[in-house]
Amino acid sequence: MSKSLRLESVTCVRGERTLFENLTLDIKAGSILRVSGDNGSGKSSLLRILCGLLPPYSGKVYWGNELMTEDRDQFHAELIYLGHMPALKSDLSATENIVSLALLGGLSISFAEANKALNQAGLAPIANRLIRTLSQGQKQRIALARLRLPEPRQLWVLDEPFNALDHHANLALQSLLMDHLEQGGIVALSSHQGLEIDNDARVIRLQL
Amino acid sequence: MSTIASGFTIFKGVIQRDLQLALRRKSDSLAALIFFAVVASLFPLGIGPEQNLLTQIAPGMLWIAALLAAMLSLHKIFSDDFLDGSLDQIILTALPLPLVVLAKTIAHWISSGFLLALMAPILALQFNLPMSSAGVLFLSLLLGTPLLSLIGSIGAGLTLASRGGGTLLSLIILPLVTPVLIFGAGAVESYQTGLGFAGHFSLLGAMLALALFLAPLAAAASIRIALE
Repeated sequence: MSKSLRLESVTCVRGERTLFENLTLDIKAGSILRVSGDNGSGKSSLLRILCGLLPPYSGKVYWGNELMTEDRDQFHAELIYLGHMPALKSDLSATENIVSLALLGGLSISFAEANKALNQAGLAPIANRLIRTLSQGQKQRIALARLRLPEPRQLWVLDEPFNALDHHANLALQSLLMDHLEQGGIVALSSHQGLEIDNDARVIRLQL
Repeated sequence: MSTIASGFTIFKGVIQRDLQLALRRKSDSLAALIFFAVVASLFPLGIGPEQNLLTQIAPGMLWIAALLAAMLSLHKIFSDDFLDGSLDQIILTALPLPLVVLAKTIAHWISSGFLLALMAPILALQFNLPMSSAGVLFLSLLLGTPLLSLIGSIGAGLTLASRGGGTLLSLIILPLVTPVLIFGAGAVESYQTGLGFAGHFSLLGAMLALALFLAPLAAAASIRIALE
């Protein structure tokens, strides 16, 4: 767990608009990239570029010493991406969703392990409920429970993870992020709200 | 205990996940089956009780009805996952995207085309089709419907981000699947006239082998384009 994420003069163009140009960043193990900016400023696009969902208009993204596109399957095995949609199936229970998302990410876990992650996130009471019966904030917290699974991934790319979270869950997530940094992890996240961790020396702030 | 999943485990997992979802939401599969039954029943009603005529046109009619029924759920292969954000997670699996697409297509076929093939011999009774011809019809659908799902997956990827994707998808796919219809229905007709069905089945099988290889690649590319 010591790879770093590097962007080399990355430019993002959506439609006719240039969202950002020649962005060069070096995110070392144990630090957070915290992207802020107005709606439509390219926060989500940047995060999608970071995890390879969106090819940059120009420029390169390196994971460790290799181009990220070099070995995609390996890169995916070291990544957790949470988009602005929680990616939960409404006809499955929270536990079933966690198991199936973990498997998509290349990790076979038992229902007990999924429940353990949900317990740690304080979601035990709703673990067996179907997703369609839950609120937006509850869905977001279930999606975030993936971060507590065994075999942690080094790179977390989180698009607006604090959206719809209550105060308590917000603080819990921030401390989870800090724990991740302690273990040499890298976090890239976007948020439009002020955070307690903003003044930490390990946070790289990027205003788009 | 948690273990790193092998590629095959993920592949199986995707199929199981989609089948489980299809089971939880039976209405999609049932709608296609009921549509098939209704359309197939309309032909005898419209044409009248001309037994010979019905037996003669049955293979073509049943094939067309199955084809249209299969179209109904095609856009669902990817659109549900696209709408709730799961498609991003599917792209970010530790498995190459064409293989994930293939797994999803297999699951889609089991929950639509395979059920249609099972139902066809029953509907064939309405057309007074002999048991052996109904058997050939079943086999031809068993070979042909996976082709519909595979070719459909390309269109489903292409129309992912467009509004009214379902109609557009049918317009794109229907011309492409005419060879499947011709050889599928042709197999039963040629069996009825005593010529045998081996040639038609060989061609269907060849098309299926080709599509198994090419369609997931094309569908994966079309998904990437749609998501950009």
